[in-house]
Amino acid sequence: MSNKDAYWAKTKNHMIITLVLWAFFSLVIFMFGSELNTMSFLGYPLAYYMTAQGSLLAFVIMLFWTANKQEKIDEEHGYSEREED
Amino acid sequence: MKGGFIKNLPKVYGLYTGGFAVFIIIMAIAEQAGVSAKNIGVMFVAFTVLIYAFIGYLSRTVQVDAYYVAGRQVPTVFNGMATAADWMSGASFVALAGGVYFGGYTYMAFLVGWTGGYVLVATLMAPYLRKFGCYTVPDFIGTRYGGNLVRACSVFVLFIASFTYVTAQINATGTIASRALGIPFEAGVWVGLISILICSMLGGMRAVTWTQVAQYIVLIVAYLIPVFWISNKVGGGVFPHLMLGDEVARLGELEQQFGLVKNSAADMKAAGVPGGLKYISGTHAGVPEGGMAVWKYLSLAICMMVGTASLPHILMRYFTTPTVRAARKSVAWSLFFIFLLYSSAPMLATLSKLALMDPNLPTGIIGKSISDVQSIEWVQRWSEVKQVFIADFNGDGILQLNEWFMRGDVVVLATPEVAGLPFVISGLVFAGGMAAAMSTADGLVLAISNALSHDIYYKIINPKAETAKRLLVARVLLVIIGAAGAYIASFRLTSILGSVAWAFDFAMSGLFFPLVLGVWWKRATRAGAIAGIMSGILSGLFYLLWVYPKFSVPIFGGVNTPFLGIDHLRFGLIGAPVCLVVMVVVSLMTKEPDAATQKMVDDTRIPTGKAVLGRQH
Repeated sequence: MSNKDAYWAKTKNHMIITLVLWAFFSLVIFMFGSELNTMSFLGYPLAYYMTAQGSLLAFVIMLFWTANKQEKIDEEHGYSEREED
Repeated sequence: MKGGFIKNLPKVYGLYTGGFAVFIIIMAIAEQAGVSAKNIGVMFVAFTVLIYAFIGYLSRTVQVDAYYVAGRQVPTVFNGMATAADWMSGASFVALAGGVYFGGYTYMAFLVGWTGGYVLVATLMAPYLRKFGCYTVPDFIGTRYGGNLVRACSVFVLFIASFTYVTAQINATGTIASRALGIPFEAGVWVGLISILICSMLGGMRAVTWTQVAQYIVLIVAYLIPVFWISNKVGGGVFPHLMLGDEVARLGELEQQFGLVKNSAADMKAAGVPGGLKYISGTHAGVPEGGMAVWKYLSLAICMMVGTASLPHILMRYFTTPTVRAARKSVAWSLFFIFLLYSSAPMLATLSKLALMDPNLPTGIIGKSISDVQSIEWVQRWSEVKQVFIADFNGDGILQLNEWFMRGDVVVLATPEVAGLPFVISGLVFAGGMAAAMSTADGLVLAISNALSHDIYYKIINPKAETAKRLLVARVLLVIIGAAGAYIASFRLTSILGSVAWAFDFAMSGLFFPLVLGVWWKRATRAGAIAGIMSGILSGLFYLLWVYPKFSVPIFGGVNTPFLGIDHLRFGLIGAPVCLVVMVVVSLMTKEPDAATQKMVDDTRIPTGKAVLGRQH
């Protein structure tokens, strides 16, 4: 497998992991909204908390994590960009 | 070129923020000195709009890449702020908290949808489109699939989606300008339009970028100060986002105490409740039971997420970063800046509801005598403009929960007054709403006119046009599109044109899969893309006409029951799957793309090396 193909395979993998996490926080947990709402977090009912703040925060953290991870993959395969800014 | 300016950005915007803080303090002093509330509102809006116009003038340019992609030198964090302003519309600013206030948990699917979509933008689209080096979204589709027809098809989708959105934005600028400046709505629309055009016409994307950063600062300050202030005032805690658990529980108790009653339509009609006003009939934090309720939540979230990842005015913001990796980080920063406002909206809704409902608070009105409530100053003022309404259904002279009606916008616009904050805060909120509506309208008008001038005029009609002529055409189109949007907005057709959500559904129906597969599936062909785009947008449009009563009654002669609960807010769930299936089937039936196209896709996937399209093209 060429370097390019290996790079793309890893990038694809990384994309799938990110999208699985994304689906978990955006869809899966809200399939169980009424069950989750019997639990509480910071004093809020849990499903309410997740849709008002929790999932949103998870997306923000996920995006910084995913960008850093992708930069590491770039470096490993020698596709790291020269910093222009 | 302007390297000095880019290096000094933190200093420039730091000074700007400090200047804005000084302005707020001066206004506060002026209020104490007896300047009228109305004049403070006028000064807030006029001052901020003049600043944006000044930034727009300073950013004027005669270069193509500066006009279309801000010279690709916008640093990560600043592009994040600009995207956040581009994203958060007047509707987000003014109506979101009101939506949460009345809609509760189900409405909050919008919050998840409008943030979760950025994960799709970052993983599937932004870095690759940035590497490609396109000026517009149709520029990518036209080059990747090759040919004028596919380019024109994608411009068609972009036009439908963005134009649906832009009339609503110009409408919002008009509403805010008319309220703050005390002029008629029709005049407000044109004032709004002129402000929008001054910001974007001279410098295109470069001017829009730097005004959007300035607008973000104003809108976030205007949103957060009242939330924190009110929270501390009603004893909600120093940091509301982490400390309102007790208040949410208290609202649950109050809902029990007052009872959640549904009014009959006949009662409301008899009492003369003005259109668009709502009352609380659902729980604040409860989750509706049942499979259909879950599906309603999930389907709305999916449409908004996929729609987010297909909206051209957002995607094109990531064409302006210096590198591919800056584009990725910039998506993360965008979402962070959006999160600051979106996570505050439910907190504002909670505080606002508590202030009105809790009889232990001096601001509480539910359960008080109606004649007392009617003598409160803010109730009188907002009743006059038909934004709040009281109907004593049971005739007991006491205000019940189901007898208090108000428009959703009031939650943001009036809560500072209700909680007894000084008027300077309300003036600040007007300026914030204006900034939010203007920044989104700017981005949308530019997205449409850039697609028409670059993809239709330059790429299809006159490929030999010189730079000066291209930019002239771009500017003329900008004015025409803006004027057309304002003209339509001035008829107040928005209630007929429908919801902002439609823009997401249109974009998702026609653009999502052609963009994703363009990068992730080499086998996708030109014929597949053309068939996919057209079948997606047309099936979505047809379904909308079929399902939305205002259209279906005249066209199909009756009201149709939504298929699987897919109503007019969710029609992208019909268009996008049709687009995907048609695109894959037709692609597989046609000849594999040639070697040059395959290489183009390979180059797109790797951050380093030359862009597919040159710096000036």
